[in-house]
Amino acid sequence: MYTIDKEAARDRYGKTLIEIARQDENVFAMDCDLGRSTRAFRITEADPERFIEMGIAEQDMISTAAGMAVEGRTVFVNSFAIFITGRSFDQIRQQVCLPNLNVKVCGSSSGITQGPDGATHQSILDCSLMRSLPNMTVLVPADGNQTEQAVMAAYENPGPFYLRLSRYETEPLIPEDIKYELGKAQILKKGSDILFISSGPVLKHVLEASEELDNKGISTGIVNVHTLKPFDNERIISLSENYPLIITVEEHSIIGGLGSAAAEAIAEGSGKARAQLFRLGVMDTFGESGTAEELLKKHSLDSGGIVQFAQKIQREL
Amino acid sequence: MYFALLKMVKYMLNNWKIQELEKRVQEIRCGIISMFSYGKAHHFGGSLSCVELVTCVYFYKMNFSKENMHDPNRDRFIMSKGHSVPTQYAVLSLLGIIPQKELATIKQIGTRLQGHPDILKTPGLEAPTGSLGQGLSFANGIALSCRKDGNAPRIFVLLGDGEVQEGQVWEAAMTTSHYSLSNICVIVDRNKFQSQGSVSGMMEVEPLEDKFTAFGWKSFRVDGHDISDICKTLDLVDREENKPCAVIADTVKGKGISFLENTYKYHNYKLSEDEYLRAVKELGC
Repeated sequence: MYTIDKEAARDRYGKTLIEIARQDENVFAMDCDLGRSTRAFRITEADPERFIEMGIAEQDMISTAAGMAVEGRTVFVNSFAIFITGRSFDQIRQQVCLPNLNVKVCGSSSGITQGPDGATHQSILDCSLMRSLPNMTVLVPADGNQTEQAVMAAYENPGPFYLRLSRYETEPLIPEDIKYELGKAQILKKGSDILFISSGPVLKHVLEASEELDNKGISTGIVNVHTLKPFDNERIISLSENYPLIITVEEHSIIGGLGSAAAEAIAEGSGKARAQLFRLGVMDTFGESGTAEELLKKHSLDSGGIVQFAQKIQREL
Repeated sequence: MYFALLKMVKYMLNNWKIQELEKRVQEIRCGIISMFSYGKAHHFGGSLSCVELVTCVYFYKMNFSKENMHDPNRDRFIMSKGHSVPTQYAVLSLLGIIPQKELATIKQIGTRLQGHPDILKTPGLEAPTGSLGQGLSFANGIALSCRKDGNAPRIFVLLGDGEVQEGQVWEAAMTTSHYSLSNICVIVDRNKFQSQGSVSGMMEVEPLEDKFTAFGWKSFRVDGHDISDICKTLDLVDREENKPCAVIADTVKGKGISFLENTYKYHNYKLSEDEYLRAVKELGC
C-alpha cells in the first residue's frame, strides 16, 4: 500500500499496528501517557483490550512488556524516543536484550524535528544507546512506506527491535522498485564525486541537496541506511572504494549513530577505501525550541546546509 | 471426642509438615555454604536471610516442579533481589532441576549458574534480575499475559528491603494494584542491612506495611524465620481475592551462621577456610 501524500512515520506506524493486531491476537501495545501522540493508541481500533496504559512510568512499562514477552506475546512499547531509550535503558538492557525477548521498542518524535518542545524532548542519542545493546536491531525508516516495511520486519523477526519513528512529514522518498531488505543499505542514486549516506526522514533534504549539487556539476550518489544495526558493512565498504568523499547525514548526534557506524565499517574495511568520511549531524550539542525546519537549518541538515557543508569540504580537500 | 481426634491429627500433620520444611531449610543453607566453600566471594547475608521464606513458598505453597516447569499455569517465583539467586539454585537442585554437583560451578566461567539470574542459561528461573527494582514489573507482565488466557497462577516476588529504595518498585506496585493483579504476592526480606550499611542509616524504607497499603495492597508482617508463621500468612494471602498482598518478613541478615548475622560487612564476602568449617559446623551440614 503506497501513498503519495505527505506522511509522518508515526502515522504510518499507527496504521500498520492496527493491521498487525487484526491478524495476530498475540500483539499488544503499551504506552506511557503519550498513546495518542505516538499513535500506539490506534491498536484499540483492532482490539481495545490489547492497549495497555502504563501511566507516566517508562521503566515499569519496559519490564512489564518483558514479562508479557516471556509468556510469548509480541509487545510494542511506545513513548517519545528520548524517554523510552534514555529513561529505561537499564530495563531494555537487563530484561529485554539479555533474555532476547520479543519487545519492540518504538521511539516516537525522534530527532530535532520533534521541534518546539526543545532540548529536553529531542532525542539525538537514542541510536547511539540502542546500537550498543547486544541482540538489539535498530531500524530508522525514512518515509511512510518504509515505516510500514520496518514495522512489519520488526513484527516478523523475533527478538528486540528499536524503531526510530518521527513526526516529521515527508512525501514518499524511496522509489517503489527499490527492495526493502532487513540489514541491507539501499542505493538510491549513483555518482562519482560525493556519496551521501543518509538515515531517516532527513533523506528528503539529502535528495534535494544532491540534485542541487548535480546541477552545479558535482556528481553525487545516495545510499539510504534503514537498518542501522546490523549495519551493512559490506555495501558501505565497497562504496567507499568508489568515491573520494563520503558524507553521512543524520538527524542524530554525530557520536554513536550513522556517522560512527559508517566510520567503523570503513576504518576496518577492505583497506582499499578511497573515500574520506565526514559526519554531518548534531555536532555534539543539545537541541533547542524551534520549528522542525528552523532547527534543520540551524544544524545544516536542510538541503541548503547540506550543499554548503559538501562544497566547503570539497574545496578544502 | 471426634473433633478432638481430628484436631490432634491436624496438629500432628502440621508438625510433620513443619519438620519437613525445617529439613529443607537446613539443606538449602548447607547448599549455599557448600556452593561457595571458602575463598569464593558471595552475598551470603541476603541469601541466608531469605531461606525460610523461599522454602515455604516453593515447598509449602507453590505448584511448581520439574514436571510442570513449562506449564503456562504453573506458579512462579521471581527473585527480584537477584544477588540472592544462590538460594533459588539450591531449591532448584532439591527439585531435581539442577544437578546438585553443578552447584559448585556457580559464577565460574562457562557455568549455567550465573552470579545473577539469567533465564536463558539456567532452567527453572522465571525472570532476569540483578539490577534491582525490576522483578515486580516483570511479574505484572506475566500476570497480565496469563490473565488474557484466563489463567491466574500465583506469582511470588521476593524483594530486598534495600531494593525498595528503587523508584521502579513503586511504579510497579501501582500497576499491580491498578490492574487488580491479586494473584501477585510480594515478600520483602526485611533483614535491615544493605550493601554499605544499615537500611535505616542509608535510606529509611519504613513504614513498609503502610506504604503497600497506601498503594492498594493488603499488607502482612511476619517473623521471616518462623515457618509456622510464614505458612499461616501464605494461607491468608491465598484467601485474599481482591487485592495483591505484601508480606513484610522480619529476618536476620546472615541467618544461621553466628558470625555472619546482623551485619552488612559480609554482604559480599569470601569465607576463610576456618570460617567455612565453623559455618558448616553451626549449620550441622
